[in-house]
Amino acid sequence: MQETRRDIFQAIADPTRRAILGLIALQAMTPNAIAEHFHSSRQAVSKHIHILIECKLVKQELTGREIYYQLNPQKMKEVADWLEPFRKLWEGRYRKLDNLLANLKNKK
Amino acid sequence: MMENPTKFIVEPGKQEVYIIREFDYPVGMVFNAHADPDLLVQWLGPDNRKVKIDYYDSRTGGSYRYLILSQAGKEVAAFNGVIHECTFPERIMQTFEYEGLPQRGHVSLDTMIFEELPGNKTKLTIHSVFRSLADRDGMMQSGVETGVNEGYVKLEKLLGVMSSIAG
Repeated sequence: MQETRRDIFQAIADPTRRAILGLIALQAMTPNAIAEHFHSSRQAVSKHIHILIECKLVKQELTGREIYYQLNPQKMKEVADWLEPFRKLWEGRYRKLDNLLANLKNKK
Repeated sequence: MMENPTKFIVEPGKQEVYIIREFDYPVGMVFNAHADPDLLVQWLGPDNRKVKIDYYDSRTGGSYRYLILSQAGKEVAAFNGVIHECTFPERIMQTFEYEGLPQRGHVSLDTMIFEELPGNKTKLTIHSVFRSLADRDGMMQSGVETGVNEGYVKLEKLLGVMSSIAG
């Protein structure tokens, strides 16, 4: 059976995986600490973490005997880069709309 | 005054996009800026472009077509659609099609909901539904023409994107 290649967009397609990213964005966490935040089984959470690792969105670090998972901001940047032109376009539009509305209000 | 943030909800694997923005102006004004072509041309295009209306009948059952021009007046892009519903001051539903694609039929359905907030403010929610994931992602990346070349993206920005993805 051939496993389909996963990319970062598939990695963040799942709500649990997005929640995991949100958690470890703030601080590196152990698998147990991450699992405590979810109702699903430890195995299920672990599977999600491994998909994130496979997509390089999460890095693991060994500290003493504990594994800590942390966000890989460089990889997260690929998501940001994809969205950035669209964001810029709309923010530019709305800046102009703000100015237009301010002018309309002053004329009244 | 601080600029209001524009929130994007672009979930991977979904054929839709939400854009949510608040304005410090009354709902009627914000609605009119979206329905009156004379106002629309003043803000719709990217910074380095001009908008030229071909036709724009913003009533229920009406239709529209507009062009995006370079500063030199050269046509860069054209868009058209029909207006399914235009109800002052709360809702506009319309189709949207980019004419520059190899074949027709890549149309999105855009619903704009205007909500009055306390203090004479307005919340605008745009919900765009595309026919396919490829259509959506193509539209998402269409802003590339503005020549974006991002440098280093700070972690704060990444978190902002993440929170928008997480909804």
